[in-house]
Amino acid sequence: MTTVSTAAVSGHYGPYGGRFVPEALTAALDELDAAFRSAIVDPSFIDRLTELERSYTGRPSPLTRADRFAAHCGGARVYLKREDLNHTGSHKINNAIGQALLTQRMGKTRMIAETGAGQHGVATATAAALLGLECTVFMGEEDTRRQALNVVRMQLLGAEVFSVTAGSRTLKDAINEAMRDWVSTVERTHYVLGTVTGPAPFPEIVRYFQSVVGREARKQIQEAEGRLPDAVIACVGGGSNAMGLFSGFIDDPSVQLRGYEAGGDGVETGRHAARFAAGSPGVLHGTRTYVMQDEWGQTIASHSISAGLDYPGVGPEHSWLHDTGRATYEPINDAEAMEAFALLSRTEGIIPAIETAHALAGAMRVGRELGSDAVLLLNLSGRGDKDVATAARWFGIGAPEGIEISEGR
Amino acid sequence: MSRRLSEVFAQTKSADRAALIGYLPAGFPTPDASIELMNAMIDAGVDAIEVGLPYSDPLMDGADIQFAVDAALSAGTTTDVVLDVVRRLDGERAAILVMSYWNPIERYGVERFAVALAAAGGNGVITPDLTPEEAGPWLAATKANEIDRIFLVAPSSTDDRIVTVVKNTSGFVYAASTMGVTGARSQVGAGAQGLVARARLATDLPIAVGLGVSTGAQAHEVAAYSDGVIVGSAFVRCIRQAVDLPAALAAVRTLAGELAEGVNRRAG
Repeated sequence: MTTVSTAAVSGHYGPYGGRFVPEALTAALDELDAAFRSAIVDPSFIDRLTELERSYTGRPSPLTRADRFAAHCGGARVYLKREDLNHTGSHKINNAIGQALLTQRMGKTRMIAETGAGQHGVATATAAALLGLECTVFMGEEDTRRQALNVVRMQLLGAEVFSVTAGSRTLKDAINEAMRDWVSTVERTHYVLGTVTGPAPFPEIVRYFQSVVGREARKQIQEAEGRLPDAVIACVGGGSNAMGLFSGFIDDPSVQLRGYEAGGDGVETGRHAARFAAGSPGVLHGTRTYVMQDEWGQTIASHSISAGLDYPGVGPEHSWLHDTGRATYEPINDAEAMEAFALLSRTEGIIPAIETAHALAGAMRVGRELGSDAVLLLNLSGRGDKDVATAARWFGIGAPEGIEISEGR
Repeated sequence: MSRRLSEVFAQTKSADRAALIGYLPAGFPTPDASIELMNAMIDAGVDAIEVGLPYSDPLMDGADIQFAVDAALSAGTTTDVVLDVVRRLDGERAAILVMSYWNPIERYGVERFAVALAAAGGNGVITPDLTPEEAGPWLAATKANEIDRIFLVAPSSTDDRIVTVVKNTSGFVYAASTMGVTGARSQVGAGAQGLVARARLATDLPIAVGLGVSTGAQAHEVAAYSDGVIVGSAFVRCIRQAVDLPAALAAVRTLAGELAEGVNRRAG
C-alpha cells in the first residue's frame, strides 16, 4: 500500500471535489476560504477553539478498550474513540463550534445548517446559543418525524427548525433548501455544512475541525499499545467522523482505513445508501464525488435505518481515497448494524448511535479477518439516545409510555 | 439549426428593443404539452426559448420551478426527451437553448451532449451551477459543436470574476438580477442595473437579465438598460394556475404578448 497525499489542490482531490455552485455563491466561498486560512494561522483563534474544545465540548474524548465486545471481533483488541461523550452526544460539535467561530470572525450574525438525524442541527443550534448567533436548521419533513426528539432539542436551544417538504423530504432536500436560503441571505449568514462534502472549501474546513479526533486517537492508542493500530474504522455518511479519524493515520501506510456505508435492506434490493458499492462519479451539492444516480444523472433517493447515513452522496476526499485504494469501503445492511447495536449495548454498557453501529459491525468483520493479534481503533461517533424509539421498534421492545415510536423505513 | 443568438440580438438591437427570452421545463406538464406551450410563446413574440432540463436537485430554483421539474420528471422526461423537445420547437423563428444543471450533462457525456444538442437544432446552453473554473471539457465541446455557452454573473461577482466569466461566455451574458433563487418578485433587484453596467465594461456581448421578472412593466424597466429580459417562473405559474391545456396556452400567449410589448423601448 502506498502513501497517498490527499491534500486538497485548489479544492480538488484527484478528479473529485471542486466547486459546482451558482456564481452568486462564489464570493461567499472565497470569503470563507480566506477567513479559514487566516484563522488557522492566528494563535488567538486556535487558543479560543482549543479552550472551547477543552472546557465546553469536554475534549480530549477518552479511548475505551472494549474487551467484551472484542470477543465478537475475532479476539482482536478493540479500542473505541468516545466521541459519544462529547457535549451534545456526537462528533458533530467539533465542526459546529469551529465554524461558529469562523462565522463570528467574518462578522456574520446568523448560521444555517442542514440536518438528517438532527445531530448536526443540534450541534449547530448549541454553538449558536453559546456564541449568541441566530440559527435556522433545515430538516426534511420525513426526518423531522423520524427524529422528533432532536427537533425539540433544537427549538429549546433557540433555533428555528424549517421542515422541508420538497423532493424526497430527507437530508438531500434539506441541503438544497439550505443552499437556497444561503444564496439569498449570504451577506449576514454563514452556512455551517455538517460534513466533508459540498463546494470547496467546505470538505477541507470540516476535515480540519474534525481532525482533532484522529490527532487525539493517534496519541492515545500509542500510549495504550505502544504502537499504531492495524486498522481504523468508521461509518461513512457524508464522512466527517471517518475523515476526522482517518486524517490522523492517512500517512501511515501500515494502518488500514476502513469505512462502512449504509447497505439498508441490502445493496441488491436497491434500497440502500451504498455510494461506493452501487453509485458512480457525478456532481451533487456542489462537488464531484460518488453519487447514487440513474442513467440520466438524476439523484436516486437513499434508504437506511440510520437517518445520518441516509444520503446519496459522500465527501469527495473519500472518493479519492477509494479510487486510490488507500481506504476501503463496504456496505453494512440494517440488520447487521442493529445486531452490532445490541451487542455493544449488552457487552460494554454503551448504547451507540445507529450510524455508529455500522462501524461496529465493520469492526466485527475486520477483527475476524485480521485475527487476535490485531489492534483495531473505531470511532464511536455518537450515542444512541436519539435512536431508542427506532431500536425499540426494531427489536420489538414495548416502548415506555411517553416515547413516540417513529415509523421505521 | 435554430436561429443563432448573435442574429437574434442583432435584430432586436436594430429594432430598439431587448430580446425576450422565455423559460419552461421540457416535459411540463407533459412532453407534448410543453412543446405546444413553448411554440405558443414563440408565436406571441418570444425571441429565444430556454428549454429547462429537469433535474432532481434544482438548488437555484424557487417553488414554482421545483414543482414544474418534479412534474416533468414524473412524466418521464429524460435527457433524450429534452433533446426531442428541442428538435420539435419552431427554431425558424427563435433561438433554442437548453438550461441545465451540470450533472445530467456530465452523465450524458459532455461531448456527446454537445453533439446531440447541435443535431437537434439547439445552439446554446445555460449552466447555472457551472463556473468557468470547472468547465474545461465543456469549453472544448461547445466550441467544437458551435454551441453558445452562457455563464452567469451575479451582484456579488467581483469585477475580476466578471472578466473571467465573460471571457468564457458566448451568445450572451446572463446577469442574475438578485441574490436569490428563481421566482416572480414584486420588484426586480435594485442591483441589476449596476451589475449590467459593470459587465458592460468587461464585454461587448449582449447582457440579459434574469430572476424575478414577471410583468410587462418590469420587462420594460429592465429593457431600458439591458439587451435581453429572461422570464421563467411567471410562465410556469400561468400553467400551474390554468385549468387545462387550452387555458394554459391562452395564458402563456397573453403573458408572452405583454412581455413582448414591454421589451420594446419605444413603447410606453
